[in-house]
Amino acid sequence: MTAPRTSSVVAALLRAQLRLELRTFESVPAMWLFAVTAFVLFHFGLDRDQLSGDLASGVLWVTLLLAALLAINRLYLADAEQGGFDGFLLSPADRTALLAAKVMTLLCYLVAVEIVAVPVFGVLLLQPPLGQALPGLLAVLALGDLGIAVIGALVGALAIRTQARDLLGPLVSLPLLVPVLLCVARATAPLFDPLHAGTLPLRWLVTVALYDALFGLLAFALFDFLLED
Amino acid sequence: MYGKGLRSLSLITAGAVTLTLAAVFFWAPNATYGFLEKILYLHVPLAIITLCGFVAAGLMAVAHLHTRDERWDMRSYVAIHISLIFGIAVLLSGSIWARGAWGHWWVWQEPTLVSFLLIMLLYATYQPLRFAIEDPERQARYASVFAITAGVFVPVCFGIVRLSPAYVHPRTLDNISGNLPGRMQVVFYLSMVSMTLLWVTLWKFEMTAKHVAAQLRQLRRALGEDHDDAPARRSAAPSLSRIASPN
Repeated sequence: MTAPRTSSVVAALLRAQLRLELRTFESVPAMWLFAVTAFVLFHFGLDRDQLSGDLASGVLWVTLLLAALLAINRLYLADAEQGGFDGFLLSPADRTALLAAKVMTLLCYLVAVEIVAVPVFGVLLLQPPLGQALPGLLAVLALGDLGIAVIGALVGALAIRTQARDLLGPLVSLPLLVPVLLCVARATAPLFDPLHAGTLPLRWLVTVALYDALFGLLAFALFDFLLED
Repeated sequence: MYGKGLRSLSLITAGAVTLTLAAVFFWAPNATYGFLEKILYLHVPLAIITLCGFVAAGLMAVAHLHTRDERWDMRSYVAIHISLIFGIAVLLSGSIWARGAWGHWWVWQEPTLVSFLLIMLLYATYQPLRFAIEDPERQARYASVFAITAGVFVPVCFGIVRLSPAYVHPRTLDNISGNLPGRMQVVFYLSMVSMTLLWVTLWKFEMTAKHVAAQLRQLRRALGEDHDDAPARRSAAPSLSRIASPN
C-alpha cells in the first residue's frame, strides 16, 4: 500500500474536523459568545463606552486570544477520547498532516470568530469607524491568527493527553503567545487611532511573521514526538 | 558515575563564590549607584547563567529525543530545575535593583526584567506538565518537546520584547566590554565564572543524588526489602529505570 499524498490527507482531515464542528457546534459558537461577553466585561470593568488607540487594540486582542484558548483546549478532544489518534496512527499517512490540518482548523475557527467579533467590537466599543482601519486590520489579523493557530496546535497536542489538560493548555500557551500579542497589539494601536488612522507599523508585522515562521518550523520538527503511542 | 570529582568541584566553587563576594564588596569601585550597584554583580551573571541553563536544557532535550536515552531527560530536568531556582533569585534581585535605581519594585520599561518574567512563567509550567503525565516514557518525551520549545522561546522572547521603542532606561551593564572600567570588568567576569561554577556544581549534586537514589532502590529491590508490587508514586521527576553500569 502506498502512502497517500500529504495534501490530500490534510484536506481530508480538515474536512472531517470542520464537518464535526458543523454537526456539534462545540467550539465556534462558544467563542462567539465568549468574545461578546468579554466586550461587555471590558465595558463595565473599564467603565468606558468607547475605546480608541492602544486601549482598543489591547481589548480586541486579549479577547481574541482568550477566545482562542477555548478552541485550543478542545482541538484534540475527539482525537484523544474517541480514538482519533489511534485511527490516524494506523493509517500510513504522514503525521505532519495532522498538525497542518489542526493549524488550518484553528485558522478557520479564528476567522469565523473574527467575522462576528470584530464588527461587534466596532459597534459596541470602538470609537473611530471600523471601515478606515479595516484594510490594515485584516493583515494584522491574518498574521496574528497564524501565530495563535501554530502555537495552539502544538501546545494543544502537548496538553491533551495529560491529566490537567484544561489547565495546562492555557498555562503553557499563554506565555508563548505573549510575543504575538505584543506585536499585533502594537501594530493595531495606530489603526484605531482617530487622528492618524491607516499607518500600519510594518516592523511589528515583520516581527510577528518571523515568530510565526519560527514556531511553525518548531512545531513541524516536534509534532511527531507527541504522537508516538 | 556522577559523584566523581564532586568534592573537588564543590571546594573550587565555594572558593570562587567567596572570592567573588569579597571582590564585589571590598574591591569593586562604587560608581553611579553606590552600594546598591553591588547587587548587579550577582544579578546579571545569575540571569545570564539561568538563561544559558534553560537553553542547555533544550539541547539536552534534543539529545534525549535523538538518542532515546532517559539519562538525557534526567539531565534536562535537573538543568531546568536548577535554572528555575536561579531564576527566582534573579527576579528578586532584579526587583530590588529596580526599586533602588528607578524607585519602583517593578519596572515595565525594563525589557530584560519583563522578558525574564515571561520566561519564568513559561518554565513554571514544566513541573506541572510532567506531573500530569503518568507514563514515564511519555512524560520524558513530552517534557523534552516542552524543553526544546521553551529553549527556543528564551532568546526569541528577549529579541521581541527588546524591540519595543518605549524602553529608554540606561543600561548599566549592557555593554560589558565597552563602558565598564577595568576593575569592574574583572569583578564582573569573576562573578560570571563563579556563578557558572555554582550552577554546574548544583546540577552535578542533584544528578548525583538522583543517581544514588536509583542505585539504592535497585539494591533494596535486589535484597528483597522493597516490594515491587507497591504502587509507584506519581512524580514530576524522572527516575532512572535501569542503572547504567559504572564506567
